[in-house]
Amino acid sequence: LVAAKDLRLELRSRVALMQVLPFALVVLLLFGFGLDGNPKVLTPATPGLYWIAVLLSLLLAVGRMFALETADGAFDALRMSGLEPAGLFVGKALALLVELLILNIVLFVGVVVLYDGRLRSGGVVLLVTSAVLTSLGLAAIGTLYGALSAGTAARETLLPLLLLPVAAPLLIGATRAFEAAFGTGCDTKEGCVVELSAGWPWVGLLAVFAAIFIAVGLIAFGPMLEDA
Amino acid sequence: VSNNVKITSTSTRGSRLLGVATLAGVVATLAFGLLISPPDINQGESVRFFYLHVPAAAGTYLAFLVTAVSSILFLWKRTRSATWDRLAGASAEIGIVFTALMLVTGMMWGRLTWGVYWRWDARLSSTALLLVMFLSYLAVRRLEGTAEQRARRSAVVGIIAFLDVPIVHKSVDWWQTLHQGATLKLKDSQINGLMLFSFFVGLITAVLAYLWLMMHRNRIGMMDQALDEHGLELALQERRAEAVRA
Repeated sequence: LVAAKDLRLELRSRVALMQVLPFALVVLLLFGFGLDGNPKVLTPATPGLYWIAVLLSLLLAVGRMFALETADGAFDALRMSGLEPAGLFVGKALALLVELLILNIVLFVGVVVLYDGRLRSGGVVLLVTSAVLTSLGLAAIGTLYGALSAGTAARETLLPLLLLPVAAPLLIGATRAFEAAFGTGCDTKEGCVVELSAGWPWVGLLAVFAAIFIAVGLIAFGPMLEDA
Repeated sequence: VSNNVKITSTSTRGSRLLGVATLAGVVATLAFGLLISPPDINQGESVRFFYLHVPAAAGTYLAFLVTAVSSILFLWKRTRSATWDRLAGASAEIGIVFTALMLVTGMMWGRLTWGVYWRWDARLSSTALLLVMFLSYLAVRRLEGTAEQRARRSAVVGIIAFLDVPIVHKSVDWWQTLHQGATLKLKDSQINGLMLFSFFVGLITAVLAYLWLMMHRNRIGMMDQALDEHGLELALQERRAEAVRA
């Protein structure tokens, strides 16, 4: 039931993807311009820039998703269809997750081409695992806060203020894991090389936060929607 | 004018007493912190920042804990009432003041001791996040909508923001970085007796100040709610009275 709704949502939000994906690329280009196109700065900073681009695009994706829902009272219709709030949450978060994963793929190609990002051998597993976990966490918290700010006049300003601080732990974890996968980050103790194995504890952190956000979303979605 | 609205001041005898006690506590903290307690062997005079810094941290934890608990009690249907929403909002506002105080004193101390105002240390970063998360909590409280909607939304945000408090607290143990761990322990504190006493004066003062501010902020909240409920009625009555007179 949820999967079917999810698919319908995906079809509907393909419009959003056509704007969010180009936006993410624009952000990548802007970082390039802002940092003078200097590969000495860009290449080591790739993981951080990558995830900041994801976060900014996430804001757009979440905003679009819930703008579509509230536009014609579609959300009320969904709720009246008798689905559990938790089911609604899972469906919404899954749709967002799919969008984020597509975004990740595009951005990854983007940083490889534009910032000369090079994966170290064996970094692929780490990269994919951390990207999926981070996207999962972002999708969960994005869905919760998207629903919360949906339909309010201050939506555009409120959503970033709410979402970005809470997503910060994911940004930290994901950046660290990517640094290990790319082999870029500077650890003061051992010069400028981060061991590949140093990325895995951060993956653990990502998993913990993703789990927390999903749990909070499942619990909080119901009470929040009661009469929203 | 109306018999429904009886609150005309935010203070009562109890809160005035509490206010005087708080003031005495502030004076005592200043006296012990600045004059009576000795300078630290390693840090010298800059140690005195801690008599404000640590109590402010305690006040932050206390205030946000009250926000989180009140938010949960609001969301739980059996205990739902506007009181919990009011308390949660009041406590968050006071907590933000404590957080800012803690950050400012910590930064000034850091400039003296570490040489910089800010370091991207786990505790500093998580505290900065705590501040912005509760600022966004206040933003949510100001959203339009019915009182019920507003309360429900802000309760969810308040609980999520509170999840950062244990992270702030344990950050010094989990990621051992620049910020030192807890100095005050119940047993075997490695600290001068007079300094320890000064800390306790500061801590008690922080709690007193919190309670005093809470009483006032809570009453302002009650007046707000009363205004929401009876404001229109009151205005109508006044107009009618005018009409009768004319």
